Amino acid sequence: MIENNIVILGNGISGVTCARHIRKNNPKVPITLVSAETRHFFSRTALMYIYMGHMTYEHTKPYADDFWEKNDISLRFGWVKEIDFGQKQLKFEDGEVLGYQQLVLATGSKPNKFGWPGQDLNGVQGLYSYQDLLNMEENTRDIDHAVLVGGGLIGVEMAEMLASRNIPVTFLVREKGFWDNVLPKKEAALVGRHIREHHVDLKLETALEEIIPDSSGRVKAVKTSNGETINCQFVGLTAGVSPNIEVLKNSELETNRGILVDHQFRTNLPDVFAIGDCAEFKTTPGKGRKHIEQVWYTGRMHGETLAHNLTQKKAVNYTPGIWFNSAKFFDIEYQTYGQVPAEWTEDSWSFYWESESGKVALRFLFDLEDRILGMNAFGWRMRHEFFDRAISEGWKAERVIRQLDKADFNPEFHKNFHQQLLSQYNREKGTSITLPKQSFIQKLIGSRS
Amino acid sequence: MKFLQNIGLILFILGLLVFTALPFLGTYQLEPSMVEEHTKEMHQEAMQEILEPMVGKTYSSNFSFIKAYNQHFNTYNEALKEEQAWDQVIWDDYLFPLTKAASSGPVAEAPNLFMALSIGLAVLGGLLYIFPLYRNVPAGIKHDGIYFSAMKARGWLGIITGTYLIGFYVILYWYPEYLANLVIMVDPLSYLLSGNPASQWFLYGLIYTLAILVMGIRMFRKYKGNNYQTIRTVSVMFFQLSFAFLIPEILVLFNMPWHDFKNIWPLDYSFFYEYRIDGMLSSGALGMFMLVWGIILIVIGVPIFTYFYGKRWYCSWVCGCGGLAETLGDPYRQLSDKSLKSWKIERYLVHGVLVFAVLMTAITITNYFMEFSLLGQATDQLHAIYGFAIGSAFAGVIGTGFYPFMGNRVWCRFGCPLAAYLGMVQRFKSRFRITTNGGQCISCGNCSTYCEMGIDVRWYAQRGQNIVRSSCVGCGVCSAVCPRGVLKLENGSEEGRINDMPIIIGNESINVKSS
Repeated sequence: MIENNIVILGNGISGVTCARHIRKNNPKVPITLVSAETRHFFSRTALMYIYMGHMTYEHTKPYADDFWEKNDISLRFGWVKEIDFGQKQLKFEDGEVLGYQQLVLATGSKPNKFGWPGQDLNGVQGLYSYQDLLNMEENTRDIDHAVLVGGGLIGVEMAEMLASRNIPVTFLVREKGFWDNVLPKKEAALVGRHIREHHVDLKLETALEEIIPDSSGRVKAVKTSNGETINCQFVGLTAGVSPNIEVLKNSELETNRGILVDHQFRTNLPDVFAIGDCAEFKTTPGKGRKHIEQVWYTGRMHGETLAHNLTQKKAVNYTPGIWFNSAKFFDIEYQTYGQVPAEWTEDSWSFYWESESGKVALRFLFDLEDRILGMNAFGWRMRHEFFDRAISEGWKAERVIRQLDKADFNPEFHKNFHQQLLSQYNREKGTSITLPKQSFIQKLIGSRS
Repeated sequence: MKFLQNIGLILFILGLLVFTALPFLGTYQLEPSMVEEHTKEMHQEAMQEILEPMVGKTYSSNFSFIKAYNQHFNTYNEALKEEQAWDQVIWDDYLFPLTKAASSGPVAEAPNLFMALSIGLAVLGGLLYIFPLYRNVPAGIKHDGIYFSAMKARGWLGIITGTYLIGFYVILYWYPEYLANLVIMVDPLSYLLSGNPASQWFLYGLIYTLAILVMGIRMFRKYKGNNYQTIRTVSVMFFQLSFAFLIPEILVLFNMPWHDFKNIWPLDYSFFYEYRIDGMLSSGALGMFMLVWGIILIVIGVPIFTYFYGKRWYCSWVCGCGGLAETLGDPYRQLSDKSLKSWKIERYLVHGVLVFAVLMTAITITNYFMEFSLLGQATDQLHAIYGFAIGSAFAGVIGTGFYPFMGNRVWCRFGCPLAAYLGMVQRFKSRFRITTNGGQCISCGNCSTYCEMGIDVRWYAQRGQNIVRSSCVGCGVCSAVCPRGVLKLENGSEEGRINDMPIIIGNESINVKSS
């Protein structure tokens, strides 16, 4: 048995960030990263680009293969079938045993399946892991129609992937608008239009009833809640993900949907921690935050924070700052800062601007004292630092709107909509805010002050 | 649309085939009058005597003609070398002009027709293929299938293309006599522009310019909606067409030295060579302006512009090498090596070439002012070595021939001494940087993959650090391909330009005090 100090199960962004920061803070402690997915860390968010031919798998690795040895982080490629928390041991499928003194669980997620008839047929799958990508490559070879189920970020990624190979796609979304549990109506409509612009047959308010097999046990069609039957050879299940904790259920480890942790990522067992998608906070880590945080950025922050606690004398609570997230819907980039729920209550008001093309839009949410609460940006890149500050300091609406040029993060010479947006704001609010003037010299040298 | 594109592809291939076949057409007959016209007076007698056996004979191909010439000429020269009669050895190369003069046949009779059938068809075909690209498709990143492409991912088409380009450069630099027919073909255009017959360099300049123009239009299609890419492509197209191609030819028409006003020493390594200096000094006020302007660019232009805008103002907006890389080379940008090892090699090589160029120029100038008492004609040897190894082999054969193997900036990254100079200014005293947008990076790798200079952009972006690298030419493609809007090319205050963030923005758990 090999003697180890810290073992991290899972080499996704959470586990890897944790390992890197432990090493930064402590050059000596032995660290082992365990994974059965891939030998080396890759960027999960880039899986789609491998399928689309933008990159190869090698390009998606954020660190060169020799990085791990250079930083004295051991990698163990293998499937853990059982964890003996009493003996502090991981038992691998191949019979090997790995001991630990401290264990970090960062096992990520798996695609949701809601018990649809036929959900386990050949040609039916979700997209989360590298294995899923390989399956998708296999399952979509020479097909003439694909159906996607569930209106979220992975769904639109899969639609883009299939479209890149000219495979016709029908996209079933149960709700009234695309991703409308997160996006306000107008934004959901904007994204929906753009998805259709890419010739995806987006069917809103349509749910999956049944997946129908052919004689070989492969999908041949789906039946929708409208009673329609759509012939297809591939079904993508993209109705969200949930914590991947199969191996840990029925152990002493306390779990609910995910592994239950406190604000320092401690589980109910000593020396066992959980971070990333698989962790479920017993109480939310902040106002407006969720019990399970399943995005890249939070995974990274979990890793940073736990690494600190595992290496420093004084442990800290996980205290996320202003929320932010981003995505891309085909060609339209989306960024969000702070809190903009799909629907807001009477104690806040919103300003929405959309370009004539219907592809660029901004939404701001303010409280009744005009302090900014959050914003959504579509097709207009915004400076993270600007909104992090504006929201945490509670800048007033006029100040934010007037200074948007400082927040602008679009490439140089990009079409500038600031004046248009300002005019609409002035019209709606009866204000008379004007664009800040820049001298010729300031423009020439690209000064932002 | 697909139909038009296929026609275009066929026309392009036809044009390329005709272009490739032309050198093999026609017959070759040498006349004493040709020898008289194309050799220096001091060699007239000897050359007439050497080539006498060839006169009146008809050679059915350039191969047999060139072989016969070399046989006679080398026999003569080798004998003199044996005797160590160095002052009688003929060092001048008369093979190219004599082959060109001796060629007769369809190309010489109808140069314009063959021009239309080769270069003309290729350009037309290229445009027919390019104009319908991405029509009725929303603006966005057009990288689908690049890594499945036989052309763009080192597949068989890429290997053929690279081999063809390498072959073309080797022939152009060291065996131009085989291109005689092609040069004859562009003679009428050359007469029109400069009043002089074409050289192989005119042919090369013409193809080079057309490649930038046609593939520049492809850039407009591909990066539709990205104004930075469009404007910068217009800029390189303009500088190539006017400054690098038309203006120098027109200068020659007015008996001025051929001069490219935007080419800067040490990329323009012959700027301080004796013949160039003499040429400028003997060309009146305009000649003097060429000299002063050239020096101003080196001493003031480069540092000032690079301070305000980074080296991109030159490398991806003005430069001819950059112009070709950003247009013809764009399909291959993803093939640059991103490893740490290649970065190391890059630093040694590019600065090594800079040192070589500076030393060579220093010796040349010293020698010039000491009126050749220092080293006599030895600087010529140095020039020959630099011209062969750097000017031709590195910049041409490897620089462009290796597009389909090592990406489109091999020369700019590993070899260009001007890029090294601009890079030092950019790294240490400039307002330019690529800003990383807080914590928004998802480490996907598009930026690094599509960086033509082999910079591992993601390495910085995922740490929330700005990218400040001497090699960055500011093409802006990392910013364009980023799916999360994380990268922005900016000129700004030097303060905070290089930032090191222990904890990326968005996590308040840990601050510098607590760790």
